[in-house]
Amino acid sequence: MIRTATTRAEALRARRRSWTMTAAIRSGALYGTLLVGTVVMLIPFVYMVGTSFLPNAYVLPMPPVLIPTHPTFDNYIAAWNTNQFGRAFLNSLEIAVASTAIGVGLSSALAFAFARYRFPGRNILFFGMLATLMVPSIVLIIPQFVLASHLHLVNSKLGLILVYAATNGTAFSVYLLRNAFAQLPQELLDAAAIDGCGVWRTFARIALPLVRPALSAAVIFAFLGNWDEFTWAYTSLNDPKLFTLPIAIEQYQVDNQTQWGIVFAACTIAVIPVIVVFLIFQRHFIQGISAGAIKG
Amino acid sequence: MPRRAAKAFFRLAPIYLLVLPGLVLFLTWTLYPLVDAFIMSFFQWNPNPSGTSTFLGADNYGEALHDPIFWQAFGNVVWYTLGTVPAQMALGLGVAIMLNRKLAARGVFRVLFYLPVITSWVVVSFAFEFLFNSQGGLVDWFLGDVLHVTSDTQPWLGDLNLALPTLMIMGIWKGIGWNMVIFLAALQTVPREIYEAAAVDGAGALSQFRRITLPWLRPTIVFVSVILVIGAFGVFIPMFIMTGGGPEHATETLVTYGYTNAFSSGDFGYGAAVTYLFAAFVAVFAGIQLWLQWRKGDIS
Repeated sequence: MIRTATTRAEALRARRRSWTMTAAIRSGALYGTLLVGTVVMLIPFVYMVGTSFLPNAYVLPMPPVLIPTHPTFDNYIAAWNTNQFGRAFLNSLEIAVASTAIGVGLSSALAFAFARYRFPGRNILFFGMLATLMVPSIVLIIPQFVLASHLHLVNSKLGLILVYAATNGTAFSVYLLRNAFAQLPQELLDAAAIDGCGVWRTFARIALPLVRPALSAAVIFAFLGNWDEFTWAYTSLNDPKLFTLPIAIEQYQVDNQTQWGIVFAACTIAVIPVIVVFLIFQRHFIQGISAGAIKG
Repeated sequence: MPRRAAKAFFRLAPIYLLVLPGLVLFLTWTLYPLVDAFIMSFFQWNPNPSGTSTFLGADNYGEALHDPIFWQAFGNVVWYTLGTVPAQMALGLGVAIMLNRKLAARGVFRVLFYLPVITSWVVVSFAFEFLFNSQGGLVDWFLGDVLHVTSDTQPWLGDLNLALPTLMIMGIWKGIGWNMVIFLAALQTVPREIYEAAAVDGAGALSQFRRITLPWLRPTIVFVSVILVIGAFGVFIPMFIMTGGGPEHATETLVTYGYTNAFSSGDFGYGAAVTYLFAAFVAVFAGIQLWLQWRKGDIS
């Protein structure tokens, strides 16, 4: 009796051991695959940042260097001082902040009206805006350029700000915020109306603070889109004093094909704010994309 | 009756005022340009407002449809779409499934896979141009000196046959993270009990994936594929920056072709016609995709 009991216990233990073994192999394979994937994702960045810290040379080191042994900041100093990078950085910041504020501000007003009020034209306007998500933005570039030149908005910061505010992620923000506003309880808005709040005050004082998560997601999307935008800025700007970072980098690369160290120092300077914003807000960001996709 | 109208006016006026600024801005820069481009596409269009434009009827469209470069660009875009969309969906889904379990450092993996998505196309383009450069680039070194599968450096972006595939690799690399996030969100809506019940019935991991996960994800797959096809058809910045559509139009896309016609050759009407044809292709394709799925009952 006792003997069979111990053998059974042993058998059980052995089975459990082999089970934990396969589990260990499995999770090992899982982490292994994920690590390989991560390396592939990161190598272009590491190579870029590593090169930006190499002494600028016309001949690339062989074998390639990912992490320099004697890092130097020379490329960063050179990038910041030449080609007006400092100014491009400030231009980008100014334009991205202004266009994000205007774009998200106006989108949230639209979204609130679409979500909470019935008025003639509501549905056609809302679905019309959504339909423009299907229109590739590049189709608009040629006529936008023509319109901007009529309005004297070519080669101007204001032109960039207005076009970004109007088109860069605006329809998506309206969609995202409309969903958020629609989920607010009606009693809250009724109570505000009884207290004498008009449409505008209900929107600004009551509703807007309550959709903060969706609002942050919209702000981050819009900001990153505006910060990175290339095509419209490239098309409409020709004064180097007005260049934003993506254009300044592109021009710099065209002018100095082989000086990869300086080009990548500039690229790194441009990417850092994006990564910082993303890391701070990544939760909102990922929720925002998911909400847009799942409900869509 | 007038009192009623006045009442409706006072009720609706603040709402319209709320909507108006955003709407005006949006319509000015999207609807108006959309109509304007359509009109332009029927003219030998003069960008100078005081100059005269000549009405051509559908000549720009006819010219495009008989233009071998237009069709080459169309073919490139189709290849680019076929080469990038399924691959990034499969890889993104794979990563999402791996990250959909309790895992140490899950958040870190998610962030790292997402980094390429938030990085601007300009920066990514330069990083890949450098990776694939033939004067000591990392890829040549890895294939030649580490794996020994190539004996010589490759011209990658300068090669007629290699340029487009190189750009595809970059497109896949940049897109995986976005797919991962969307699929991860969808996977989290699958009720655990279904998997548990299937496991009790003896379903293995593979059949769970085929019988439960995939059907559950189908609406998401439709959504993702439509968005990605539109994106892939409209690919522009990497070609514009890295190859300029070359060599010999091997990486020309409909958008780079329309863009250069308008802004380099000054033929705005022809450029508008090309982009309109491109938009039509996109609309037809997305429409077919949505219709097929609607018929299957995946979307309502």
